[in-house]
Amino acid sequence: MKLIIAIIQPDKVDQVREALYAAEIYRVTISRVTGHGQQVDPELYRGQEIAGNLIPKVRLEIAVNDNFVQPTIDAILNSARHNGGEVGDGKIFVLPLEECIRIRTGEQGGQAI
Amino acid sequence: MKSWIRVGVVVPAVLLCMSASCWAQVSGAGEPPPIDAGTTAWMLTSVALVLLMVPGLAMFYGGLVRTKNVVGTMMHSYAAMAIIGVIWVVCGYAMSFGADVAGIVGWDWGKFLLRGVDGQVMPDYHVPELVFAMFQGKFAIITPALIAGAFAERVRFRGYCVFIALWSLLVYNPLAHIVWGGGYLTGEAIDFAGGTVVHISAGVSGLVAALYLGARRGYPRTAMHPNNLVMTLTGAGLLWVGWFGFNAGSAVSSGLQTAQALTATQAAAASGALMWMILEGLVHRKATSLGVASGIVAGLVAITPAAGSVTPAGAVILGAAASLICYPGLMLKARLGYDDSLDVFGIHGVAGIVGAVGLAFLLRDVPEHGVATQLWYQVKGVVVSVAVAATLTFALVVLVDWLLGLRLDDEAEMAGMDHSLHGEHGYGLLNPT
Repeated sequence: MKLIIAIIQPDKVDQVREALYAAEIYRVTISRVTGHGQQVDPELYRGQEIAGNLIPKVRLEIAVNDNFVQPTIDAILNSARHNGGEVGDGKIFVLPLEECIRIRTGEQGGQAI
Repeated sequence: MKSWIRVGVVVPAVLLCMSASCWAQVSGAGEPPPIDAGTTAWMLTSVALVLLMVPGLAMFYGGLVRTKNVVGTMMHSYAAMAIIGVIWVVCGYAMSFGADVAGIVGWDWGKFLLRGVDGQVMPDYHVPELVFAMFQGKFAIITPALIAGAFAERVRFRGYCVFIALWSLLVYNPLAHIVWGGGYLTGEAIDFAGGTVVHISAGVSGLVAALYLGARRGYPRTAMHPNNLVMTLTGAGLLWVGWFGFNAGSAVSSGLQTAQALTATQAAAASGALMWMILEGLVHRKATSLGVASGIVAGLVAITPAAGSVTPAGAVILGAAASLICYPGLMLKARLGYDDSLDVFGIHGVAGIVGAVGLAFLLRDVPEHGVATQLWYQVKGVVVSVAVAATLTFALVVLVDWLLGLRLDDEAEMAGMDHSLHGEHGYGLLNPT
């Protein structure tokens, strides 16, 4: 089991969700986050361009069984890029997942995912 | 396209013909009539109240869309304040309340840029004409802003701006003239504060535009939840408050009829909200806040044409009837599958028709020509509004789509209007919806 954490651009949420859906990955937790990276995102404030120092991103957390790791990564790669890839498009982290328990039934391991 | 060219030729020609005859009339003023301070004070208040409805509408609509579209949706209302606010001063008032041209539109060079209006006191109302002009201008602003709810979340900003400017010139101003300003329905159909001119025309135009543009991406399969019902409820409250100016101000007096209109407005809004609450309670066992907000608006819309001429009891009936008809109407919309996103037709169009037709049966004083004739006048008013709004809106939507592109492309629509059209976002760290 792996936990996949992806940091993506907020405007790509819908595309990524649809791509994941198409790859039959339905279970995902989404949150809005901010952070620092290579990207500088100029915003408009009363007609002036200002550089926000914390850039908003969206974080996806997806717990998957091993055979779903690559399809998940592919789905995100194919849907989260701007114009074939730009600075700020985000990152994907793959972490080992020690245990997974479904609260409703108490099931453990791969079948709980 | 053709009608556009025709109007483009006819309007300037008409303006030239009218200019000479009206100019002398404006400059040759004698002793101005006295000003009625009470009426003027109330009308000044009403001007501000009706303007308050536009930010109210922005909040109402803004709360109903998804997080990524909240700024873009509120911008539709504020853009109307900017665009129509200027157009009205330049020529909107002259086209709506100028001297009659063939019963269809008005024109008066003296009212162009409000030049001749500046020092005038209206002889029949004893109110400075500027106050009346500004009061009417607020109606011109809110009407195109209402339409925007029908094609929310999927329209390009530039195309929208051009569309509402043209819509105001070619649909609103002539309609206002036909019903109120001395055109051929003036004095026949009772439209106290804009049931036909504002709500039916906006509702029908919204429906036509929504059908032309097509549904939002993913509608109705994807859930599209309101991002902020708190804001929607606040907006509905502001609309209710502002509507006292909208309806009671339309009496252009500070007296008995003002009180009657104000009472009818209050009664209909409350009974619309109550009826919606009861319906939802019966159907779902739960009354929703959005239901109450919808009921308020339905009741207010229905009483708009009738506020001056029905009794308080009639207002209660009309408000309840509006919710009784709009509620199943919205259920039907879900079945039919067209995407009038924020139910502009479903509430403003339908409740507007309920009010305009229903008022014939609830009149305080039955007119000499009888209920049946009045009913015919009302139906005629509705049919004319629907026909004018539908055909001209269709022509305008096709034209603007062809010139500038009205529908947002898929990528920008998925990213959201706030990011793709305005380079902003509405909230801080809120989760996406």
